[in-house]
Amino acid sequence: MAGLLFWKKKQPAEGASGPGVESTANQPAAQATLDGTVERVESEAVQLPRRNLARGVRSLFSKVKFNPDNLDDLEDILIQGDFGVLAAGNIVFEVKKRAKLTAAATEAELKQILVDVLVEAMDHPDKSLNLDGSKFPYVFLVVGVNGVGKTTTIGKLARWLTDGEWNVVIGAADTFRAAAVDQIATWAERAGAKLVRPKTEGQDPASVAFEAVEMAVQTNADIVIIDTAGRLQNKADLMDELSKIRRVVEKQTAITEVLLVLDATTGQNGLVQAKAFADSANVTGIVLTKLDGTARGGIVYTIQQELGIPVKLVGVGEGINDFAFFDAQEFARGLVS
Amino acid sequence: MFGNLSDRLVETFKNLRTKGKLSPADIDATLREIRRALLEADVALEVVKLFTTAVRDRALGDEVSKALNPAQQVVQIVNEELVKILGGEQRKLSLAKQPPTVIMLAGLQGAGKTTLAGKLAKWLKDQGQTPLLVAADLQRPNAVNQLQVVGERAGVSVFAPEPGNGKGDPVRVSKDAIKHAKQKQFSVVIVDTAGRLGVDEEMMGQARSISKAVDPDEILFVLDAMLGQDAVNVAKAFSDGVGITGVVLTKLDGDARGGAALSVASITGKPILFSSTGEGLDAFEPFYPDRMASRILDMGDVLTLIEQTQKAFDEDEAKVLAQKLATETFTLEDFLDQMQQLRKMGSLKSMLAMMPGAGQMRKQLENFDEREIDRTEAIIRSMTPMERRMPKVLNGSRRLRIAKGSGVTVTEVNSLVNRFEQAAKMMKTVARGGTPNLPGMPVGMGSFGGSKAAKSKTKKPTSKSGNPAKRAAEEAARALGAQPVSDSETGSGSAFGLSK
Repeated sequence: MAGLLFWKKKQPAEGASGPGVESTANQPAAQATLDGTVERVESEAVQLPRRNLARGVRSLFSKVKFNPDNLDDLEDILIQGDFGVLAAGNIVFEVKKRAKLTAAATEAELKQILVDVLVEAMDHPDKSLNLDGSKFPYVFLVVGVNGVGKTTTIGKLARWLTDGEWNVVIGAADTFRAAAVDQIATWAERAGAKLVRPKTEGQDPASVAFEAVEMAVQTNADIVIIDTAGRLQNKADLMDELSKIRRVVEKQTAITEVLLVLDATTGQNGLVQAKAFADSANVTGIVLTKLDGTARGGIVYTIQQELGIPVKLVGVGEGINDFAFFDAQEFARGLVS
Repeated sequence: MFGNLSDRLVETFKNLRTKGKLSPADIDATLREIRRALLEADVALEVVKLFTTAVRDRALGDEVSKALNPAQQVVQIVNEELVKILGGEQRKLSLAKQPPTVIMLAGLQGAGKTTLAGKLAKWLKDQGQTPLLVAADLQRPNAVNQLQVVGERAGVSVFAPEPGNGKGDPVRVSKDAIKHAKQKQFSVVIVDTAGRLGVDEEMMGQARSISKAVDPDEILFVLDAMLGQDAVNVAKAFSDGVGITGVVLTKLDGDARGGAALSVASITGKPILFSSTGEGLDAFEPFYPDRMASRILDMGDVLTLIEQTQKAFDEDEAKVLAQKLATETFTLEDFLDQMQQLRKMGSLKSMLAMMPGAGQMRKQLENFDEREIDRTEAIIRSMTPMERRMPKVLNGSRRLRIAKGSGVTVTEVNSLVNRFEQAAKMMKTVARGGTPNLPGMPVGMGSFGGSKAAKSKTKKPTSKSGNPAKRAAEEAARALGAQPVSDSETGSGSAFGLSK
């Protein structure tokens, strides 16, 4: 596949001339303006460059030879990949059942069964980003605990979108951590995106988010991505702050995507995180970062099983292009290979 | 879903406690539960295996079969083995004989190195040292900037000759920093390095070069408490690749149980020196293996609580308070003072979480509304000085006026007055040397987890200081800390507005 098609706002002056623009199937979309009337907005399908999972996921099972008698050993290995005791048990149970049914005996057959089991559980119909042209500007809210890579993820996303000639606004609503605004400013500059900064130090993040969306509407931007401060999920007041950011933004326009950034090294606490953020921020997708290390992020399996939240993106490095769309096949094959 | 490690172990031991004698099958069943609980708490699999083997060997031995209460003995063993893995005795930061002492920080991306650098610097400064922060993370966008801001907040100098964002050589910066520190006579140099993956050979090589250049007295590995099974790989990589001398545990204020701490301590054999428990610069304390083990076993972290209380409470004030409690002159005004002092200690939630048996009331804790204290304060502030001193004069019309003044209903005023009277009564008991109803206070190992039977028993306070002022503070701490716990467990009213 050469690229991925998404709908962006048609720019009347430029037409369809930018690189990466493939087709111009004019898709009228409805957009509600602030006074409640519905305005038709021209949108166009745009091809965005495909990012590759260059190094892929490290194999988890490289040290074990599969045979019908040692399938119980897989449980320990899955546990070491942060799948958790429960999930690991369930996966092995399912693999054993199928192996018996199909009388699978060779290593290749058994591996294929494990891949199938993982893919079936992790493939999600809604794995792509919601950039379907129903409303402009799209609004992405990026949330997560401290130090998972929210800002870096936003930098990468913004660059990817500007590469496809998208008009991107970033809202620097992490007004808490020291120099967080400068950090996102550096990324915004690298990505060629506009940045809405807080006017004063420690400004209410919700108001920064509001201003970012306002600016996006005024400047006819395609998308606004809002960075938020890292927060531990057991801090009720900080989680309430997220709900407030949501409410305030939604006064202007709907939020298209709420991305929970999750560090692949996170253990079982990842599920607790996902639950808490799903509750207060309505998470629509997960970005699994730092997958270039030795961690496999197995907790996303349980998160998808329990909460039905799909992994949408993965981060694989500190470079601006180091991310990819999550693909259950690719992920499972990488693990099992 | 599942509770965390301490909840699980308490659940397991509940079954164990009811038995007089333990069969090998009992022990195995318990160990299975412990294994599962540890895995769910993110202790690495290989460490869990070592741990359960060690516990099993001892549990099957003489010490258990000959013990009066075998079940308690197993608990004791689990506790001891946890402490052993967590590093045995506490170790202090080693300072160089010839200043400056050089401390290098290393760890994965996002572990919290830069924030920690600031906290460590502030802590050292409070100890009379003159620390210098060195910005050797030239990789992450604006890490240098962040360190400068952190340094400014901590009131500590920052050595940052390079702008960062990919520009500059961290090895050179570190080397120059030592020269600079010697010249300007800084006593401690803290080198903040870039986050790196254990498998990134180039970056690990760079860390080695920095280490060679500055010849650190301590290389502290900064560890995120939320880390999962990968902790083993990461710990090995940093231990072999850079050579660490100690560990610092960050983000311990989250609800992750910190199994990674066990993993890393076990794999590297290096002690955990500090733990970091919040985003404020003061949210930093020495790490105590025995306390952490108690916390894991849900025996509460009473020692930390008392220490924090001592930090927040003026000793003289505490003496006066103890006096007042004993002589029945405790008034709503003192109550208000107390609440404000409690505030100084940080959130009530984090304090309550340290109490024994807290694991079981975690749900209530999560629902606890800190604003309840604001409302209580508002009610007291709406009273006249006389009313505060003599709540007895509060008649219907006064209560109505107070309710109007503080924007609450008369019922809420009534319930505050009732709670105050209860609290005053209870504190009087404490001050006279008795103990209030305090569920979950550990007597030995058997009664943790807030056993119902323990409630009515009178127990000795956990520690008595020889210093009278200190003892008064401890007593006050017990009185203050105890009240919310006993109330939320029994479901009656509460002195501090914990009525939910």
